[in-house]
Amino acid sequence: MNSKTLPYLLLAPATIFLVVFFLWPFLQIAWLAFTTEGGFTMQHFQTMAGNWKFWPTFWNTVILAAIVVPLQLVMALAMAQVVAKLKTTRNTILYIFTIPLGLSDLAAGIIWLAIFEQSGFLNSMLVGLGVVDKPILFLGYQNLWVIFIAVILAELWRATAIVMVILVSGMGLIPKEYYEAAEVFGAGPWKRFVKVTLPMLKPSIQTAMILRTIAAFEVFAVVVALGGTTLPVLVGETFNWQFALNDRNVAAAFALVILAISIAATLVFLRVLRTPKGATL
Amino acid sequence: MAEILIKGVAKSFGSFTALHSIDLTIADQEFMVLLGASGCGKTTLLRIIAGLESPTQGEVWIGGKRVDQLPPRERGIAMVFQNYAVFPHLTVYENIAFGLRMKKLPQAEVDTRVKRTAELMHIEQLLKRYSGQLSGGQRQRVAVARALAMEPDVILMDEPLSNLDALLRLEMRAELKGVLANSKTTTIYVTHDQVEAMSLADRISVMNGGHIVQAASPVEVYRNPAARFVGSFIGNPPMNFLPAARNGDGRYQVAGIALDGPSSGGAKLEFAIRPEDLTIAAGGLKATARVIEPLGAHTLVTSEVDGKLFRAVLDSDLKVAPGDELSLVPKPDRVRWFDPETTRAVN
Ligand SMILES: Nc1ncnc2c1ncn2[C@@H]1O[C@H](COP(=O)(O)OP(=O)(O)OP(=O)(O)O)[C@@H](O)[C@H]1O
Ligand SMILES: [Mg+2]
Repeated sequence: MNSKTLPYLLLAPATIFLVVFFLWPFLQIAWLAFTTEGGFTMQHFQTMAGNWKFWPTFWNTVILAAIVVPLQLVMALAMAQVVAKLKTTRNTILYIFTIPLGLSDLAAGIIWLAIFEQSGFLNSMLVGLGVVDKPILFLGYQNLWVIFIAVILAELWRATAIVMVILVSGMGLIPKEYYEAAEVFGAGPWKRFVKVTLPMLKPSIQTAMILRTIAAFEVFAVVVALGGTTLPVLVGETFNWQFALNDRNVAAAFALVILAISIAATLVFLRVLRTPKGATL
Repeated sequence: MAEILIKGVAKSFGSFTALHSIDLTIADQEFMVLLGASGCGKTTLLRIIAGLESPTQGEVWIGGKRVDQLPPRERGIAMVFQNYAVFPHLTVYENIAFGLRMKKLPQAEVDTRVKRTAELMHIEQLLKRYSGQLSGGQRQRVAVARALAMEPDVILMDEPLSNLDALLRLEMRAELKGVLANSKTTTIYVTHDQVEAMSLADRISVMNGGHIVQAASPVEVYRNPAARFVGSFIGNPPMNFLPAARNGDGRYQVAGIALDGPSSGGAKLEFAIRPEDLTIAAGGLKATARVIEPLGAHTLVTSEVDGKLFRAVLDSDLKVAPGDELSLVPKPDRVRWFDPETTRAVN
């Protein structure tokens, strides 16, 4: 076999898979979103944007991601630092940290619902301690910000570990000698973190940020479990238009909005966290 | 002023003892080379001085201050690592400036020092590059420049030239010697290359199995090895050794000839002579030539004396062939004696 064709042959199964299950549905969605009775139209996007719920939905999604993802990065960095320093109990701690990863997001949402709902753990505790006389309705539509916080907590709990796992493996790749050099040349622990760990971890941070941001734009089950429709998000609205309002075209337009912000975020991370030429290990 | 004192420093890794109670004094501005075979503890000792490893026992003093409990950054040292450890995410400029920025020196001062050391190491045209765009030799220069820019009291180097090719090594060796002599720092330099050690050192500490066997000037280490190990490790080819026994008239019998031995010697000693301290003359050690290697000015003759391997570096005018019988006379003032029990030199 010719060595020139071999790489293409090896790539073929993955390419076919991508075409069948990603490119083709994408084209279908794009077709749905931009056409009406066979002709090009922006009408579905106008319907989408004209709906009073669109902008709140859009901003809810973006703000949630903008709060959750940076928090996750900071927490994951701290956790990874701890795990990377451990010698004996490293794997045990790593497993414990990653347990929430094994749960579906709906299950995670329900766990946090069990904490926050009117008969939930939090209320039982507050009543038990005598802090309040009767259970409080935390997740009502009057307390949108509580739902917001609950969703943030659930998301942090559920998906920080994946960022940590990526960072831990990235930290393992940084040769010890760089830390020693930094130490000899005057860097204390914090400076070593800022001047060695962070810059050398940039490729891992980039990967983790892209993955998590895209996932954060797709947040759905956790929000539904905790807030029902009180806190609308983009995927929730997509679902709503598709199945409740039976308008597949507008649903497709929503899907494309999610795709667009995901691509935009990815491009930003690729640019901001890029490694200059020659500056790799 | 940065004299280094090492007092009874020992280091164990679990049940393995890498260093056994090392005592060593390195004078201010001295160039000390730690020389020894792989695994003898050179790096471990250097890292203890640097503060990257803590001793199991003993004290380290730098410039009159006890430092073994201090972190590396408070010891007034700079280090050149074996794999250079030039930060890949920083330009050459920022690499050299790294320690200066940690010290929070004003930018003007940083700039002067970076430019000056870069010039000294001939890398001023590389300042904007990243280490991924440098050759091994250039990276090495950056690592040295980064250390020099600190104007430290002490520079520690762990086999800094071992990753360079032979020619570059020779060039860098001479350059390092010049640069460090002018920098007025105390230098500790680890190597397992004896030629490098000889050519650089004010003093060489020969290490073996976690001990310092001898610390002396290169010529002293070469001429008067304090122990059998030093004679067999230093010199290429190394010293020749033959068993010797005292005979009735107080002289020592070595492979059929009698030689004057040390007055304090015991009944059994080991006779030692460097290959170049042998001449062909009557009444010498009877040797059977085995391998003849002409080296230009000299010829290396590997022979057998009393069934033992014995090398001689002879004038290349001499005609020898394998199988020839030679009579090799040791130069009397170059003969050395070792105690076979303790392996220490006997005078
Ligand atoms: N962290 C460690 N854990 C266990 N043993 C170690 C450790 N570091 C070094 N050693 C052991 O200590 C001994 C001395 O090691 P060291 O690195 O000082 O040798 P060296 O003289 O620098 O050798 P080389 O010339 O190969 O670099 C070796 O036998 C090594 O296996
Ligand atoms: Mg070593």
